[in-house]
Amino acid sequence: MKFIDEFRDGDLARHLAAGIVREARTDRVYRLMEFCGGHTHAISRYGLTDLLPPAVRMIHGPGCPVCVLPIGRIDQAIRLALEQGVMLCSYGDCLRVPASSGLSLQQAKAHGADVRMVYSISDAVQLAQQNPQHDIVFLAIGFETTTPPTAVAVRQADALGLKNFSVLCNHVLTPAAMRAILAIDGVQLDGIVGPAHVSTVIGSRPYETFAADYGKPVVIAGFEPLDVLQAILMLLRQINGARAEVENEFTRAVTRDGNHKAQALIEAVFEMRDSFEWRGLGSIPKSALKLRAAYARFDAEARYGVDYRAVPDRPGCECAAILRGEKRPRDCRIFATACTPEDPVGSCMVSPEGACAAHYTYGRFREQE
Amino acid sequence: MKLDLRNGRVEMGHGAGGRAMAQLIAELFAKLLGNDYLAQGDDGAVLPALPGRLVMSTDSHVVSPLFFPGGDIGSLAVNGTVNDVTVMGARPLYLAAAFILEEGYPLAELRRIVESMARAALAAGVLVVTGDTKVVEKGKGDGVFISTTGVGVAREGVTLSGKQARPGDSILLSGSIGEHGTAILSQRAGLAFDASIVSDCAALNGLVEAMLDSGAELRVLRDPTRGGLASTLNELAQQSAAGMLLDEAAIPVIPAVAAACEFLGLDPCYVANEGKLVAICAARDADRLLEVMRRHPLGQNAALIGEVIADSHAFVQMTTRIGGRRILDWLSGEQLPRIC
Repeated sequence: MKFIDEFRDGDLARHLAAGIVREARTDRVYRLMEFCGGHTHAISRYGLTDLLPPAVRMIHGPGCPVCVLPIGRIDQAIRLALEQGVMLCSYGDCLRVPASSGLSLQQAKAHGADVRMVYSISDAVQLAQQNPQHDIVFLAIGFETTTPPTAVAVRQADALGLKNFSVLCNHVLTPAAMRAILAIDGVQLDGIVGPAHVSTVIGSRPYETFAADYGKPVVIAGFEPLDVLQAILMLLRQINGARAEVENEFTRAVTRDGNHKAQALIEAVFEMRDSFEWRGLGSIPKSALKLRAAYARFDAEARYGVDYRAVPDRPGCECAAILRGEKRPRDCRIFATACTPEDPVGSCMVSPEGACAAHYTYGRFREQE
Repeated sequence: MKLDLRNGRVEMGHGAGGRAMAQLIAELFAKLLGNDYLAQGDDGAVLPALPGRLVMSTDSHVVSPLFFPGGDIGSLAVNGTVNDVTVMGARPLYLAAAFILEEGYPLAELRRIVESMARAALAAGVLVVTGDTKVVEKGKGDGVFISTTGVGVAREGVTLSGKQARPGDSILLSGSIGEHGTAILSQRAGLAFDASIVSDCAALNGLVEAMLDSGAELRVLRDPTRGGLASTLNELAQQSAAGMLLDEAAIPVIPAVAAACEFLGLDPCYVANEGKLVAICAARDADRLLEVMRRHPLGQNAALIGEVIADSHAFVQMTTRIGGRRILDWLSGEQLPRIC
């Protein structure tokens, strides 16, 4: 497949890996965090760690939208579907996240809730048009990548005069999460593989302050295996050269200033929440978005009066520490025993981008070695 | 009154056991699927004695949409069961077919389905010897469900089973994967996309005959349908209590399927096939068997994709395209699309 296979080429991968081995000093360890779930998935899916020298350690970051959504947010969606009888639309990943009282959206569906998986929020708008007698709520989650489509859908619903469509808005902001990680006391990180798709929207500029304030190099990378390897090599060169800059490996899609049109859409439809609770990272000020007052009638939270109630993680679940990069999946007592993709306890075991699911699905043979 | 096969619809009476049902059977099923056994018209078909061990398999078909590029529920119902009997090393001979029809379903479409079954049965060399029709009220079915049961005779001296893979054996795949599943997905409401992907739905008995004729030491045959190649290999690994090591680059995937899966966030290894098989054989016979498979139209793109290894965890592992290693795991739940 053109423009895909080129970035999965085995010979080039070995060539890059050899470069990494040459660059890596043997008297130290390089702790690199790949921020995005997309990178975590690529690393596991292609077995990239097999190509890296032992000195390079990849730490999975919090950039998996399903993983950082606290249980209480899924509870809100379930309450809307079960108690208020709305048709709840969501991206597939969200359906299996375990929430309170042993329910997930999928299980709520089995209990009679009308829960639909959609590929795009525009499908939810279409459902609203086709089912004027039903209230349609879209569970909007994700970083800056999925935010512009939500903005488009809200404006479209507004233009169509739809009265039965609203959004349960949980859009969160990447730079806020990255700052929260870097601000953790004693955080052991030498560099960050920066977001791919998110950066196409926000550009590379927002990360510059991290490089400056925290002295950590950032290399923005695409989601293909060669992108990740190239970014690791670039990070090693920065670290060895005692530099801390924002570099862009993903130049085929990311510019310094990002996508102005998408940014303008976000700006027009959303405004900053004062604070938002993240799974694993706790409440972070100015880290998430809500609909502007002009679009308040599309805000499901206000419209149905479903307030957010914080819920602690299930006992034994280490999702929080894993999302902060402090623990690895194998450090969790219930990994692969009580918590599996079939019966997930924590959100990191649900999404294929979650650190635990990726390690379980692709890498658990390493436990035996 | 003649059955209106052009504009008529399935009515509750078509399953009630009375004259309407007799008419539907006579003018549609018996006419299109006709053979001496079906024509006996009794409660069951009386078949001649068969030499050797019998293999029997059953499968219910509930595909949506009922018609898709490369096939329909009719051809699927025939080929699916023919293949299940075939991969046991048997020659499929007879099929029983049970139809559950939804009230209101157009008879013209039902005729297309039964015609397609007749063509598929003819191509596979099997006879539909007995059947059943039930009608459920409108809204209680999805148009047409077809359940088929097949009987065949196992070839003498051939014993195939998922338990027989041994470390060192070769794993062969008869062709490119993921075509049936993506063809179906491309037609699904809410997901319709333009793709020139055609289901691989086909009867594999001809290919298997040729493989058995080759004299290669075959241990396992299985058709990777629901759950795709990955699920089938995990089943076999577990049954045989052995691991597998695959070479990702050796697994054939046509560009259109690769592109559709890329776009939808799916892995072709988990997407259904309806005309492919996995063969596990002694390593020394792999080349010979591969050559035989490639000479058959349904095995032209056959490939050696890996080997069976000793592994008490029965992991199916894969050397990735870029030289790393990973597990090719069981599918957990339905394959859900990724969101970003």
